[in-house]
Amino acid sequence: MKVKITFWKTVFLFLMACGLYATVLRFSRGLGASTNLSDQFPWGIWISFDVLCGVMLAAGGFTLTAAVHILNIKRLHSIVRPTVLTAFLGYVLVCIALMYDLGKPYNIWHPLIMRNPHSVMFEVAYCVMLYTTVLALEFSPIVLERFNLQKPLKVVRAVLIPLVICGVILSTLHQSSLGTLYLIMPEKLHPFWYSPLLPVFFFISAIAVGLAMTIFESSMSAKHFGRELELPILQELGRVLAVVLAVYAILRFEDLMHRGVLNLTVRPGYEMYLFWLEMALSLILPLLLLSQRRIRMSPGGLYLAAVLVVLGFITNRMNVSITGMESSAGTHYFPRWTELAVTGAIIAMGFALFGLATKYLPIFPEERVSEPMSHLRVESVAPAAVLEHAGD
Amino acid sequence: MSKALLYDATLCIGCKQCEVGCAEQNHLPYDDAVAAEDKQSAHKFTVVLTKSDKFMRRLCMNCQEPACASVCPVGALTKTAAGPVTYDAGKCMGCRYCMVACPFGVPKYEWNKLAPKVQKCIMCPDRVASGKQTACAEICPTGATKFGERDELINEAQQRIRENPGKYVNHIYGLTEVGGTSVLLLSSVPFEEFGYRADLSNDPLPMLTFRVLSHIPDFVPLGGIMLGGVWWITHRREEVAAAEHSHDHEGGKQ
Repeated sequence: MKVKITFWKTVFLFLMACGLYATVLRFSRGLGASTNLSDQFPWGIWISFDVLCGVMLAAGGFTLTAAVHILNIKRLHSIVRPTVLTAFLGYVLVCIALMYDLGKPYNIWHPLIMRNPHSVMFEVAYCVMLYTTVLALEFSPIVLERFNLQKPLKVVRAVLIPLVICGVILSTLHQSSLGTLYLIMPEKLHPFWYSPLLPVFFFISAIAVGLAMTIFESSMSAKHFGRELELPILQELGRVLAVVLAVYAILRFEDLMHRGVLNLTVRPGYEMYLFWLEMALSLILPLLLLSQRRIRMSPGGLYLAAVLVVLGFITNRMNVSITGMESSAGTHYFPRWTELAVTGAIIAMGFALFGLATKYLPIFPEERVSEPMSHLRVESVAPAAVLEHAGD
Repeated sequence: MSKALLYDATLCIGCKQCEVGCAEQNHLPYDDAVAAEDKQSAHKFTVVLTKSDKFMRRLCMNCQEPACASVCPVGALTKTAAGPVTYDAGKCMGCRYCMVACPFGVPKYEWNKLAPKVQKCIMCPDRVASGKQTACAEICPTGATKFGERDELINEAQQRIRENPGKYVNHIYGLTEVGGTSVLLLSSVPFEEFGYRADLSNDPLPMLTFRVLSHIPDFVPLGGIMLGGVWWITHRREEVAAAEHSHDHEGGKQ
């Protein structure tokens, strides 16, 4: 068998090689030698991007499972699997990134037995653990179907709804708690980003990014795998996205006004430029695009708006965790190449795993081995009966 | 009753004996090079800052309601009843949230070690427990750093300000900052000149996050019931629609 060397395979191998070298440095020399972190700036890109953005980008998982399984919006069913796959991969990669960032990664299990319920980080630790488990279970039917393991499949399907409910609750807690992390530093975080509403902002923006990521992925996989685009579904997601963004924008600016910092938004400076970059990418441009019916209905317009929203809220998370913390820290932080290499390798791994999964597992509708449960429900068959049929 | 330290900058002569005592107590290296360092670090827990003829000490404030202890997911940092905020390296997993959360930027990290610890002044908890003063207070030749009951030290500080009009800035730093600290400071020049923040709130910081966290026990069951309810309604609606449909269908046949 001849392996074809493509451009993307080369890029992937290059990123993995750099990542591997950086990994060796990180675990043989310690954080000081392998990062630009310091006593003034203890949290860098591994927290900002790999954890804060990683969790946010995985938000499609709970948004879509809630829409399909709880709100019973069947039209969206065909894109649940790729979204759950993304969420699951996202969380696994977040856990991997944490192993790099923690000073003593082998103590990562400590929150299991050493509890401090007053700590937001304790809540975050539990949410990551539990939600990764929930996502693994939500994802498991795809693997079980592939290998035709009917017995465990029955068990997972029987508890699917409680699982989805757990997933939505854990995600709500987790997405918002990443914002709550910063509530304890009112004097340290720049007023553009410090707000008592941080948990609310993190949660609403996670929903927006969840929707945008779903549009982005569907478009990408349509192009890459030569599948037909589920355009009507994406148009619907685009409409909801516009509403979520509008709600977020109103809250965001009302909050700035109430805290009396609107005047800062016109005072030139480092923070101001990055604030407006965030606003332009995450709110202004996508809202302008999505408010035009012609653009909202076109695949290209939707794709562009989705990409802008994702980039915009990545900027937001970086602003909260890096830009907004720099002036109080009295230092500028820019990641060392090792930090970028690890992050790059983790992203590359995400893409590669997604590609492998779509190749070997029934992720997309036409490759389904068996009919999904809720399609059978349309005929109002009792769940128990479905499960018996599932074994046929 | 909780213990505290009162540092009166006007009595300080900048001899740095407190730095020496601290290094000895905590088994840290101390030589001329370390003495010249003017920043707290993983190997220097207290620093005497000099600005012309004025001095100021920096050390962990050992807050009454410490942000670091409240944010630590594994409870490695603890506020003891006696006053000191202590650290258990065996529990720590190295998330460094304490460093990010501390309003005074006190906790430091052993960045170059493979099993790094968080390092800071822990107010000599063993000495305090056995009824002794902290190392820095014991060694201080002028009484600039004084160890005692927090309440008594506050009274004394207020008395010093009252009896020496014009000598001190009319403020005891640490009396109310972030809910009060176990280190109290007196100075003749504004504290900001030595990097002490003047914009700190008088409310304890842990409340800011606990206010949100305390809703979780209510949110989980409520959210579960609500989502379950929505699920039941949306699927029941479908069942009813299907039943009516088949009923109509049968009716049509007859």
